[in-house]
Amino acid sequence: MRVIQFREALREAMTEEMRRDKNVFLMGEEVAEYNGAYKVSQGMLDEFGPDRVYDTPIAELGFAGLGVGAAMNGLRPIIEFMTFNFSLVAIDQVINSAAKMLAMSGGQYGVPIVFRGPTGNAGQLGATHSSNFENWFANTPGLKVVVPSNPYDAKGLLKSSIRDNDPVIFMESELMYGDKGEVPEGEYLLPIGVADIKRKGKDVTIISFGKMMKVALEAAEELAKDGIEAEVIDLRTVRPIDYKTCLDSVKKTNRCVVVEEANPLAAISSELTYNIQRNAFDYLDAPVIRVNSMDVPLSYAPTYIEATIPNVKRTIDAVKQVMYKK
Amino acid sequence: MAKKSTTAKSKTKYSKETYAYWYESMLLMRRFEEKAGQLYGQQKIRGFCHLYIGQEACASGAITALTPDDKWITAYRDHAHPLGLGTDPGAVMAELYGKATGTTKGKGGSMHIFDKEKNFMGGHGIVGAQVPMGLGIGFAEKYQGTKNLCICYMGDGAVRQGAVHEAFNLAMLYKVPVIFVIENNGYAMGTSVKRSSNVEELYTIGEAYDMPSFAVDGMNVEAVHEAVAEAAERARAGEGPTLLEFRTYRYKGHSMSDPQKYRTREEVEEYKQRDPIEQVKATILENGLMTEEEIKEIDKRVKKQVEDAVKFAEESPWPDGQDAFKDVYQQEDYPFVME
Ligand SMILES: Cc1ncc(C[n+]2csc(CCOP(=O)(O)OP(=O)(O)O)c2C)c(N)n1
Ligand SMILES: [Mg+2]
Repeated sequence: MRVIQFREALREAMTEEMRRDKNVFLMGEEVAEYNGAYKVSQGMLDEFGPDRVYDTPIAELGFAGLGVGAAMNGLRPIIEFMTFNFSLVAIDQVINSAAKMLAMSGGQYGVPIVFRGPTGNAGQLGATHSSNFENWFANTPGLKVVVPSNPYDAKGLLKSSIRDNDPVIFMESELMYGDKGEVPEGEYLLPIGVADIKRKGKDVTIISFGKMMKVALEAAEELAKDGIEAEVIDLRTVRPIDYKTCLDSVKKTNRCVVVEEANPLAAISSELTYNIQRNAFDYLDAPVIRVNSMDVPLSYAPTYIEATIPNVKRTIDAVKQVMYKK
Repeated sequence: MAKKSTTAKSKTKYSKETYAYWYESMLLMRRFEEKAGQLYGQQKIRGFCHLYIGQEACASGAITALTPDDKWITAYRDHAHPLGLGTDPGAVMAELYGKATGTTKGKGGSMHIFDKEKNFMGGHGIVGAQVPMGLGIGFAEKYQGTKNLCICYMGDGAVRQGAVHEAFNLAMLYKVPVIFVIENNGYAMGTSVKRSSNVEELYTIGEAYDMPSFAVDGMNVEAVHEAVAEAAERARAGEGPTLLEFRTYRYKGHSMSDPQKYRTREEVEEYKQRDPIEQVKATILENGLMTEEEIKEIDKRVKKQVEDAVKFAEESPWPDGQDAFKDVYQQEDYPFVME
C-alpha cells in the first residue's frame, strides 16, 4: 500500500470532501496563501480558490463564530485553529454556540462544523503553547471529539467528521504531521465513536489515544521482551468513548493502564477508570493505573518536559505495577 | 530619563548620553539576537524564537521617554525590551537555552521573558492577550494613585483580536494611563496588513474610540521617543490612553522556520536602508556627539556583553525537572494530584 504523511492524509480528506460537497469550505490563519502553518492545506487554495479556502486575520473568536453561523445556515465549515491553544480565544463559540445550538433551538438548528488543529505539547514551546484540550471539549455534551493517532485513521475519521451533522472537534499534533503510514488510494470512511485494537495481547490492557499511542505501543514492544503481552487500544474518539471495546479487553486481561497526555484532574483517564471499576470491578486483578502529564503547566526547559509528560518508562512501570511485577 | 541637549552648537535635540544610550542599547539588542539566531541553528535554543532585528528603535526610544517605575508588557517578540531596560543579557540568554539561571528559571523560554525588577511584565504567547492585561496594569497604577503608566505593545496582527477593541474602549471609558503601541512591521506571520485588515492605517482604529492616535516612524528612535513622551504626559495628566502605530519592519522571518515567500528581497533591503542603528550612529557622528573611537568602544563593549551572555548560558545548569512543581501555586503545600 502507498505510504503518506499524516498531513497529507488530512489534506486528502478535506480535498475529497470539498470536491464532493461545495458547501464545505476551509477557513483559518495562514491556511491559504501560506499553505498552512504546518503545510496541512498545501495546494488547496490552488485547487479550490479563495471562495473555498480563506485566510483569516488573527481573530479566533470572530471566525469560529462565523463558522457556527454559517453552519446554522446551510454550510459545512472546516475551521482550522493554528493550534487548539488559540481556540481558547474562541471557546465561547465552540461551547456555548456550536455545542448547545441543537438542544437550545429544540432541534431546529444543527451545527455541522469541524474545528480542527493540533493539541498538546509540541516540544519546547512553554506553557501557553502546550496544553491538551481533549478532555475539556469531551466534557461538553453536543460535541464529538476525535483524536486520531496515525494517517490512516486520520483520513477516514476526518472525512466522517466533515460529513457528520454534529459539531466535531478534530485534534492533531504538530509532532505527528510528518508521521508516515499506509493509506489506500480509494475512498474510505471510519466511524466516529469506535475504538481500534492496535495490538492484541492477553496480559494487560493499555488504553490511549492520539500522540500518546506511540508511547503505548512502544511500551508494549518493550514489555513483550519481558514476556508481557499487552493489548493496546486506541480510543480514536474521546467523545463518544467506546467503553465496550475497553471493557471487553479488560474483562479478558483483568488489568488496565491508561496513557494520556492531558493533566490528570478530570481527565479522560479518570472517566475510563470510573467506567471500568463500575462495569468490570469483579474482573480486575489490580487497580487501574493511569499515566498522565504531571499536575503542572508544561514549562520550556527539556528537564521540565522530561519530568512532566508521559513516556515509555512511566508506562512500563505502571504496567509492571498492575501486574505486581518488579 | 532623556536629558535635553545642553551643547549649544549641536543641532541635536537630546543629550549625548541619550544618543549614546540609544546606540548602545539598540546595538546590544541587535548583536544579542544575531547570536541567538546562530545558536538556534545549532539547536542550543529550541521551540519558537522571534527576533526583533530591525525593530529596535520601538523599544529603545520608548525607554528613554519613560521612567523606571513605568510598567512594560508585550507579546512573544520580547527579548529586546528587557535588554533595553537593563535585564542581564546573561539571564535572557540562559532563558533562551532553558537554563536554571534564566529570567524565569527556564520555565518560559523565548516567548515568555519576565523581569519584575525592571518592571517588565512579560512576554506573552497568545496573540492579543497582553492588551487587556496592559490595560489592567495601567488601571492598577491609577487605582493606587501613582503617576506611573503602562506601555503595552502589540503586533499589527494582534490588532484584529476582539479583546484589543474591548480594551481600547475600556481604557477610554476609565481614562487609564496606558500607552498602546502597535508595532506595525507589515506582517503577521505570512499575512500582510493589507490582507488582514480593511483599515490599513492602523492607528485610525483608536479614533473610533476618540483615543488620541498617531502614526510614528518606528525606524527612527527620536521619533519614537517624542511620541511616547507626549503620550506619557497625557497619561500622567489623567487624560488616559494613547494609541501609537510604530511603522517598523522585521528583517528576519516571523520565527526561525519561515521561508518568507510573502515578501521580496527588495522590500527587506529598502528598510535596511533606514536602519535605526545606522540612523542614530550617523546623527551621533555628523553632530560630533561622539568620536569614531568612542563608537568603537561601545561596539567592543557590546560584543563582550554578548559573548559573556553566551558563556553564562552555556555554563549554567539545567533546572531540576522536579522544580516543575514549583511556582505553580503561591501556596507552598498545595496538594498536587500525583499519579
Ligand atoms: C491567539 C493566537 N492565535 C494565533 C497565534 C499564532 N501566532 C503567533 S504570532 C502570530 C502572528 C502575529 O503577528 P503580529 O501581531 O503582527 O506580531 P509580529 O509577529 O509581527 O511581531 C500568530 C498568528 C497565537 N500565538 N495566538
Ligand atoms: Mg506584525
